[in-house]
Amino acid sequence: MHRAWRLTKRRLVASIPVLAIVILGTFLLMELAPGDAVDAYLVSLGGGDSRLADDLRQSYGLDQSALSRLWLYVSSLARLDLGWSIVFNRPILDIVLERLPNTLWLMGAATALAFTLGSLLGILAGAWPGSALDRVLSIGSLTLYAVPGFWLGLVLILVFSVQLRWLPTSGIETIASGKVGIARALDIARHLVLPVASLGFIYLALFLRMMRAGMGEVWRQDFVLAAKAKGLSRRRIVVHHVARNALLPLVTMLGLQAATMLGGSVVIESVFAIPGFGRLAQEAVAGRDAPLLMAVIIVSAVLVIIVNLLVDIAYAWLDPRVGSSEAASR
Amino acid sequence: MSISEISRRRLLGGTVILAGGAVLSRFGFAQSAIEGGRLVVAADSEPRNLNPAIVASNGVFYIASKIIEPLAEASFDGTDGLAPRLATSWEGSDDGLSVTFKLREGVTWHDGKPFTAADVAFSAMEVWKPLQNIGRSVLANLESVETPDELTAVFKFSEPTPLQLIRNALPVVSSVLPKHLYEGTDIAANPANNEPVGTGPFVFAEHRAGEYYRLTRNESYWGEGEPKLDELIFRVLPDRAGAAAALEAGEIQLAAFSQVPLSDLDRLSANSELEVVTKGYEALTYQLIVEINHRNEILNNLKVRQAIAHAIDRSFVVDTVFLGYAAAATGPVPKNAPEFYEPDVTLYPFDIEKAKSLLDEAGYPAKDDGPRFSIRLLPAPFFSETRAMGDYLKQALAAIGVEAELVSNDAPGHLTAVYKDHDFDLSIGAAVFRGDPAISTTNLVQSGIPDGTFFSNQGGYANPEIDKIIAEALVTIDTEKRIELYNEFQKLVTADLPLINVADWGFTSVASVDVKNVANNPRWVVSNWSDTAIAG
Repeated sequence: MHRAWRLTKRRLVASIPVLAIVILGTFLLMELAPGDAVDAYLVSLGGGDSRLADDLRQSYGLDQSALSRLWLYVSSLARLDLGWSIVFNRPILDIVLERLPNTLWLMGAATALAFTLGSLLGILAGAWPGSALDRVLSIGSLTLYAVPGFWLGLVLILVFSVQLRWLPTSGIETIASGKVGIARALDIARHLVLPVASLGFIYLALFLRMMRAGMGEVWRQDFVLAAKAKGLSRRRIVVHHVARNALLPLVTMLGLQAATMLGGSVVIESVFAIPGFGRLAQEAVAGRDAPLLMAVIIVSAVLVIIVNLLVDIAYAWLDPRVGSSEAASR
Repeated sequence: MSISEISRRRLLGGTVILAGGAVLSRFGFAQSAIEGGRLVVAADSEPRNLNPAIVASNGVFYIASKIIEPLAEASFDGTDGLAPRLATSWEGSDDGLSVTFKLREGVTWHDGKPFTAADVAFSAMEVWKPLQNIGRSVLANLESVETPDELTAVFKFSEPTPLQLIRNALPVVSSVLPKHLYEGTDIAANPANNEPVGTGPFVFAEHRAGEYYRLTRNESYWGEGEPKLDELIFRVLPDRAGAAAALEAGEIQLAAFSQVPLSDLDRLSANSELEVVTKGYEALTYQLIVEINHRNEILNNLKVRQAIAHAIDRSFVVDTVFLGYAAAATGPVPKNAPEFYEPDVTLYPFDIEKAKSLLDEAGYPAKDDGPRFSIRLLPAPFFSETRAMGDYLKQALAAIGVEAELVSNDAPGHLTAVYKDHDFDLSIGAAVFRGDPAISTTNLVQSGIPDGTFFSNQGGYANPEIDKIIAEALVTIDTEKRIELYNEFQKLVTADLPLINVADWGFTSVASVDVKNVANNPRWVVSNWSDTAIAG
């Protein structure tokens, strides 16, 4: 447990400059983008005179200099206040808390699907390298990986919602259904099947390929030859020796994927009309809502840091070599 | 009211709809016996302010018009093209300094309080005139509103104001708010802006952000036997292909404002459960325009502008960019505003040779080693059609030896570049004709508009003759004379080309055949839907 704690501490300290850079970078990018929140708002109004724009700018505090706005933002952030959203005209914290669970469910389920199914199929492919099954899985996964997420989502909608009518096309739950408890949970699960599948299937390919490649390397190692020489069954060699040793890089990948998946959820959440975090990011950019976008990015960054921390801890647990060198040197 | 020049494809589309059957009943009242039920429609955005008295935009009206009503609504067959809502009659004085509205009796707000002239006076003086994006200009000369009795409101103007303009502006400008909820508060920040209280056929029930708006039946609505529906739901569907799928799966019954991409319409109209409706947008005509920066010396030359106008094949734009769901434009007023439309204007038929010789005359001869000249072209990102028009115009200009560099921005970026920084040469824009040229058409060519005013003349164009006509029409009380002035206006604009009008388009709706009384007024999607019903 010591190792885990040390890791946590180191990670948290290292994440502070990362967060600072993220905040500053986001603010700069939003400043550099032409147009501000008032311009974005006036598009939706279909126009308005310049005095109206000035009035709005004043009421949003956008008439102040960029530096003073940044200072105001950072100082309120230091008090753990995420600020007020211009686009939604509500406290940002409320919006974040409302949207985050949807995305966490979506990402969690998609990651679980991609990881378990991906590594299982990867083991199948890697167990008999060069076999027909391996080829089919390799080509299939490559194809899947090349498919854009939104397109896969639309195809799934067309097949399962429009043609077969098994699943709802979009949304997070049935509108004003009045369902509670388990009925509601099942309803939400039904709504999540297609988005999770479209998000998960693409990353599944990645895990499959990685597992297979990792196993390919392990097959060539001496201890596998020794295992074969011992006369172990192929099944035992695959599961206990080859797959197990090829699994570690996948855990690393899991952490890296958390960040990419947040990006992928922007598209999937739009296609499936899920009020989640990815869509929030898109809405914040379109509305030039700098505080909201920064909140989204900060929370995402924290999320990624946490996931990676968990991965590191899991890694340390799975592989005794990790972190032990430090313990020895101390 | 009809668009006289209908493209071939649109006509064919129409016959498909007719062949689909059941179409006749939906435009009449044959189905008025149907009552109750829930109608679910698609919404592509969630306006941050749902108050149409402050934000008079189609996105807000789409939802809020069912809750908050105007004094009068646009109508296909009513007098002056209007149907009474909260006002039952309106009359202007001979000097043009006052307009008297008689108001409807027995109307109550959703919270039970009675609706009176005080609400109208408050809305006009405290909201429409000082706060509303359209009212700020249309009602600029409104001095006071007198209320001699509970059901009479007299608008007093400081300058002669044409009744015709006020009439035409009513559907957009005159959403009445409850004085008792707004008086003495910060109107722009009132919570009722997000949970509106009105007199309309539907009552605001709830908004689940990112999911839906739910409206329920107003049991004490003034319209007899209305509304027909028990519940009206606006489901938020940000993805356009997703909206089409939801329609096909029967999860929603209507998608408006061309939310279903034009390219999907052929497929959907083959579905016997659905139909494509192009009616119901006659008073919401959008205009595809090429905005010109006259500060650019080359473009300041009339011959160059004429050459560009001749280089555009309008029928190609209608057929390819709009897939037939549009009409070629002749000038700044669209054909489906017959009250003002002037057909006898300078036309610019597609003629590459003529365009080339005009450029030669202007002093920009063809070169062997490059283009005649280069310009920056900024297509507005508001619609896929404006972006597609940018791609087309680049090619059309290349055909006459002019190089256009496409500059793409998102919406705020585009507005900043064109209307604030004037950092463009040509821009593809979308203008809206709002029933009267004085509302949002003349400002596209008028001079002296402050910098940074969106959707106005920011191209540095100034023509005293046109300015004079615009100013005169604004205070001309006599309707005939006012129309004459606007006819002259159209002739001058097409002759001098401060901008180039390319096409006029209305949107399309896709509706389930179960939805009845669809598109029975020219602003149907943004009207109150009190008689809309659903079968089954």
